[in-house]
Amino acid sequence: MTRAAGGPTGASRRGFLKVGAAAAGGLLLGFRWGAADAAARQFAPNAFIRIDRAGKVTLVMPNQEMGQGIYTAHSQLLAEELDVPLARVVTEAAPPDDELYGGPRKRQGTGGSSSIRAGFFPALRQAGADARALLVLAAASQWNVDPASCRTADGRVFHDPSARSADYGELADRAALFPPPKTPAPLKSPKDFKLIGKSVHRLDTPAKVNGSAVYGIDVMPGAVRVAVPIASPVVGGTALSVDDSRAKAVPGVRQIVVLDDLVAVVADHSWAAMKGAAALDIVWNEGPNAAIGSAELWRDLRRDSAKQGVNAKSEGTPDSALADGDLLEAAYEMPFLAHAPMEPLNCTVHVSGGGCEIWTGTQVQTKARAEAAKVLGVAPEQVTLHNYMLGGAFGRRLDVDMVNTAVRIAREVDGPVKVMWTREEDMRHDVYRPACRNIMRATLKDGRIHGWSHKVAAGSVSARMSGKPLKDGLDKGSVEGATEMSYDIPHQRIDYVQVEPRALRLGWWRGVGPNNTIFAIECFVDELAKKAGRDPVDFRLKMLGNEPRLANALKLVAAKSNWGDPLGSRRGRGVAIQNVFGSFLATVAEVEVDEAGEVRVHRFVSAVDCGTVVNPNGVVAQMEGGLIFGMTAALFGDITVAGGRVQQGNFNDYRALRINEAPRVDIHLVASSEAPGGIGEPPTTAAPPSIANAIAAATGIRLRRMPVDRDVLAGRKPA
Amino acid sequence: MQASLTVNGSVHSVDVPDDMPLLWVLRDMVGLTGTKYGCGIGMCGACTVHLDGQPVRSCLLPVGSVGTRAITTIEGVGQTPVGARVQKAWLDIEVVQCGYCQSGQIMSASALLAQNPAPNDDDIDAAMAGNICRCGTYCRIRAAIKNAAAGRE
Repeated sequence: MTRAAGGPTGASRRGFLKVGAAAAGGLLLGFRWGAADAAARQFAPNAFIRIDRAGKVTLVMPNQEMGQGIYTAHSQLLAEELDVPLARVVTEAAPPDDELYGGPRKRQGTGGSSSIRAGFFPALRQAGADARALLVLAAASQWNVDPASCRTADGRVFHDPSARSADYGELADRAALFPPPKTPAPLKSPKDFKLIGKSVHRLDTPAKVNGSAVYGIDVMPGAVRVAVPIASPVVGGTALSVDDSRAKAVPGVRQIVVLDDLVAVVADHSWAAMKGAAALDIVWNEGPNAAIGSAELWRDLRRDSAKQGVNAKSEGTPDSALADGDLLEAAYEMPFLAHAPMEPLNCTVHVSGGGCEIWTGTQVQTKARAEAAKVLGVAPEQVTLHNYMLGGAFGRRLDVDMVNTAVRIAREVDGPVKVMWTREEDMRHDVYRPACRNIMRATLKDGRIHGWSHKVAAGSVSARMSGKPLKDGLDKGSVEGATEMSYDIPHQRIDYVQVEPRALRLGWWRGVGPNNTIFAIECFVDELAKKAGRDPVDFRLKMLGNEPRLANALKLVAAKSNWGDPLGSRRGRGVAIQNVFGSFLATVAEVEVDEAGEVRVHRFVSAVDCGTVVNPNGVVAQMEGGLIFGMTAALFGDITVAGGRVQQGNFNDYRALRINEAPRVDIHLVASSEAPGGIGEPPTTAAPPSIANAIAAATGIRLRRMPVDRDVLAGRKPA
Repeated sequence: MQASLTVNGSVHSVDVPDDMPLLWVLRDMVGLTGTKYGCGIGMCGACTVHLDGQPVRSCLLPVGSVGTRAITTIEGVGQTPVGARVQKAWLDIEVVQCGYCQSGQIMSASALLAQNPAPNDDDIDAAMAGNICRCGTYCRIRAAIKNAAAGRE
């Protein structure tokens, strides 16, 4: 019998210990307790896993659950290699820590369809495997057997020759004394997967169907003051005078906080705060943005889009190619859009003792903490952030303006205060998806696209968020999707003109840059196909020789959507394809347009190749939901401005799709063992161009702007 | 106003203004946060509760008008056979994404099935069109309602 190598060593050789702020929750970062701390000792082999003596397995989630199923998918990766059943797992939101939870980029944040593909797929598996190896070592050292003669299953270590076994919980104390493995433990072979690749049930949903799930807005009910902020309706405006007499008369209102850019009513409970806020009489010094309306914004964008801009990409000899062949020119426009997650923005803050504690739902934990620290002028370590599952985000909670505002209010208030935005305040002070204008030019030669030019004119989200000017004037985010087209077009140039809108702040909206560029590309390709007298699917396939995965997805969706079969009158199919975030999608929309110009989307069919899939049902859910999110924007989404004020404020004037308008959605996943691609965003991008192309097929009318214009479709207005 | 509210079978005494919407009484006074605020104008359905089994938008319902009617929230609907079937149907096919709207969705769906055990698509549309889901789970909501109706596992 071989004594297990690397047995437990004494406390003096332990590395120093770092304990997370929530001591009762006891997150042990990286290193293990020494023997001297027996009472508090837990098995915490890495930042992602804790196992206690009772065998409870806590998995620390680096990224935030906002409906995309990441708590489950990440747990599948960890639990697979750790060899525990998911039923034994509880999840916990990670605290802010770029180093431990920021993935390979060391930047903690959930977004960009990156939770699986940006390194967590191997990293979390390795964390699970390394932890399992330590548990095996613990058992082997306890039984005086060779670790190689042990196996694990369902949270237990087995030594079959001696018919011994032990639960991970029984081994946790001993395992906690082992140093981390010097070489990474081997990972399972995919043929042995029990969890990865399976449509396991989600871990977060049971609490979400019985009302027990806690979102940021739900913390400390009745036990915390609530502040409702009313911000200047015009960006850049300031509060000139405030008559708070009616607000103060509302029972339960305790305090009025007046800052430069907003006034907040602090009350004992939410209703008093909301009623008090509605009773404020504020005179705003609106500032120069009060002169801005949608007419000015579009005039500026259209005028400036004629500028040359900066070149983002050039292949072949585009300028001469565009003088050689049959030329087609078109301009496509996308509107400003709001996020409108079902959970309005909220952030609970307690400023005290030279720091603060925050309870909220954020996509960017370290950024949120840093923002609070900046407002208070303290080190980030003085800020404790508790992150909650998000009631929707779609990119809204990548911004930390809500933390900034909440901390500024909270430092004027004694004790903790829940800063809660009304739906109107949330919608009117959003960071909007940029309006974009795309100028497209292409030449056809021998039935193929010969020369291609795509100029994107839009404001830059990156520039606004970083506060720094664009390097060489180029916003890569705005041309994403355009600079890496899958089509084999020999001569192409992509250019960008920065046009910053006044009176609106811009933000990341689900799908980001490709939302706009793919819309323009896929609509324009359809127009070129028509000009060439070719079927839209065939026309694309002929240009996808370099991208077989996308070509295959397109062939699959054509087959599954019965492309080419006759449809009734006023009905049409439209196709849109994309290669974004590492995934290959092909989507067909089937629409019907009635004589009043109303558009009904009957069906979406999508073929998806997103490489290795962790949870197939999760991918399908993201496809269904993202298509509907994008469809909503295509049919209704339009943020307009008058007198510097955003005109939409609630679901009565910013329409959301409802169940009676939802189409049938058929998703076909391509089986693949390629690297995982992202799926949170791509389906949103697929909806508008496939719908626009279907409308053109149904009516012969080419819409070059979103949202769909019913007057144009009904013939009441020219296209 | 001193009020005695029966919520999920338990009596709660609260001292609140007559015009305070039931939504906020439930959340801030009774401490039941499963019922959600989404819009405050009765357009999104996130605040749906039952009054004597009937679905109502609690963000617009003044607590003074509740009277002695029995209030059921998402925290209690699972105690009813229909509510339990709906919750199970929701989990079986994984309807939920972010989940914030789902309390209201489940309350509307439970009320529908309690009143109409075999709803068709038009019935589902009519009963559920007041509940917005920004994550777009509508396809699965419809399927789950039909599964719950048919007693499908």
